Amino acid sequence: MNIIVLGLNHRSAPVELRELLAIPDSRMGEALSRLMAYAGIKEAMFLGTCNRVEVYAVVEGGERGFRNLEDFLVSTHFSLSSDELLPHLYHYSDDEAIGHLFRVAASLDSMVVGEPQILGQVKEAYEMALTHRSSGVILNKLVKKAISVGKSVRTNTRIGEYAVSVSYAAVELAKKVFSNLKQRTVLLVGAGEMGKLAARHLVTQGVKEVLLTTRNHHRALALAERFNGHAVPYEHLGSILPKADIIICATGAPHYVIAKEDIESAVHQRMNRPIFLIDITVPRNIDPGVKDVDNAFLFDIDDLKAHVGHNQEERLREAEKAERYVQQEVSSILSWVHGLEATPTIVALRKKAEQIKHLELEKVFNRLGDLSPKDRMAIEGLASSIVNKLLHGPLVTLKAEAQSQNGFAFIEAARRFFELKEQDIQMVGHETSADETEMLHVEEVSDESS
Amino acid sequence: MFEILIYLTMGLYLGGTILALTYLVHRSEVIAKLSFGITCVGFLCHSANLLGTMMTTGQVPIMTFKEAMSFFAWGLVLVLVIVGLTRGLQVLGAFILPLALLSLVSATLAPSPSGNTLPPVFQTVWVHVTLSMLGTIGFGVAFVAGVMYVLQERLLKSKQFNVLYFKLPPLDFLDSLNQRSILLGFPLLTLGILTGAVSAQLTKGSYLSWNPEQVWAMVTWVFYLAVILGRVTVGWRAKKAAYLTIVGFAGVILTFVGILLKSHQTVSLL
Repeated sequence: MNIIVLGLNHRSAPVELRELLAIPDSRMGEALSRLMAYAGIKEAMFLGTCNRVEVYAVVEGGERGFRNLEDFLVSTHFSLSSDELLPHLYHYSDDEAIGHLFRVAASLDSMVVGEPQILGQVKEAYEMALTHRSSGVILNKLVKKAISVGKSVRTNTRIGEYAVSVSYAAVELAKKVFSNLKQRTVLLVGAGEMGKLAARHLVTQGVKEVLLTTRNHHRALALAERFNGHAVPYEHLGSILPKADIIICATGAPHYVIAKEDIESAVHQRMNRPIFLIDITVPRNIDPGVKDVDNAFLFDIDDLKAHVGHNQEERLREAEKAERYVQQEVSSILSWVHGLEATPTIVALRKKAEQIKHLELEKVFNRLGDLSPKDRMAIEGLASSIVNKLLHGPLVTLKAEAQSQNGFAFIEAARRFFELKEQDIQMVGHETSADETEMLHVEEVSDESS
Repeated sequence: MFEILIYLTMGLYLGGTILALTYLVHRSEVIAKLSFGITCVGFLCHSANLLGTMMTTGQVPIMTFKEAMSFFAWGLVLVLVIVGLTRGLQVLGAFILPLALLSLVSATLAPSPSGNTLPPVFQTVWVHVTLSMLGTIGFGVAFVAGVMYVLQERLLKSKQFNVLYFKLPPLDFLDSLNQRSILLGFPLLTLGILTGAVSAQLTKGSYLSWNPEQVWAMVTWVFYLAVILGRVTVGWRAKKAAYLTIVGFAGVILTFVGILLKSHQTVSLL
């Protein structure tokens, strides 16, 4: 059993590639069941944000697992080829994979270290996996732990204080075009999380007017109330573009909602007064060609990244503190994972002992002939007692040592001592998956109470 | 005696310019403060020089090309000092000081007039020259704002968030600085031209003698009028306005060069 992660983020891949891999919520069920259909994938979770696309999985056989996940990602979008995608992917397994998940949840791997959105996004990804039943014992435990690690990093380090999020970079950029935001009108297109955050930053700066439009007008009305702005019907988007000094686009649409021509005509109608545009979502919603329009200033998520890059150094110091905390948590969860490896061995050992006991009891009962039920029970009790007492030591040791550095060696030794065959263990593993879950539940409770 | 002051001024402006240019690529704010301080001292020397000359000759020191160029430099630095004190916009120095320095250097290189033998009636010409020079200073500031606008616009478009990007002011500030400078410079130039025409009428008997400087001055005037009207009518603002003022100032420089080449002893500037 291996825990693996395959993915790409803002450092490893450009926005063009990341946006091809975005999967809308409505199609997540289909994607996850496609993922689970690969042989050897036992559990899976898909984490897609503006800055990263990652697949976490529990697999039988790490190498084959990676190949399957690669295949899954390549087939996510018809225009993708493996030559294009593979160089941008990172592969982590086991402790590295767990460490990566924790770092992601703690916002240590974010474009802006300490930005607050990622924790919610991890939760959403986990909920998706739960809804579509692709998550199991291991991911449940790991992701829950990751979320709690993320929370404690936020409360125990000052990483969040520095969390000038990506959306704030939008404000700083806007201030390089407009000296006084108080006289400006902001138009928010779509209701994406990042967009709303950027809009909130701008509202705090005291913009003159906020206009909102979403495809669902009721949603726009609700948003308008929150931002103290005006909801505009989506069909009128084109006609209100010239009114806006700052446009933030954050729809979930997989295509451009604002074309180059729209902005050309808007700038013309504004008599060349500059327009500042932020395209904060992936896939992109504003035609990148807008960059060539005079007096229109378009920035996408990678540009924001470049902009926040300069003052990230001080944040990195707090991040180091957070890193150490994450490493501690990784080693504590690793022992749990290692204990998990021992589980099928223990189950197989018990089953084998039970089988021997039954066989021997049957033999002895046949030979002895008629016995009173009381005698039968006494003999059965004797056998059970011997088996249990004999196994007690090895089982306790196995469970305890499985959590140590060379836990796998003990498991291997137990398998050899008791002549447990590989296929027995695997078969047992499949048959008694309910037992396994039960056993793990016991452990989980004891883990939390300790 | 005041010659020494002008060389001292030049040295200080040179120091200020070098520091101001260094400030463009260095993060240190100390450099900017030092540059501004040196410039202020230079400005005081410069003012003393102009004042001293005025006291000794009894006229506004603007009658010769040499003096006019020196006055132009003085005006530019005055704007820099005012903006520096009121808005703390340190980066402006890197753009205004080289221009001021250049005009001061050309002032000292220009041939000195052989003597001040203007007939009394010519004495009114200083009004014309002063007004024209003030207008030109406005255009000079507009030119600087235009250059800064174009630079910042390029940096924003190419997403180069470097030191210069962080130091340059917002685009709309530069655009409004550009607009205000022209709106201030244009009426002054207009008055300058009108008083020039009146002076010419009084001295030569005709309003316009169609010499190249006068033609260039008229072309420049029409050009800036177009820039002002273009903004309100067809939206010549932002990037377009920046480029137009850069081109317009090239016209002003050409007028200066024309005068310098002819080396008039008395200026019929603009």
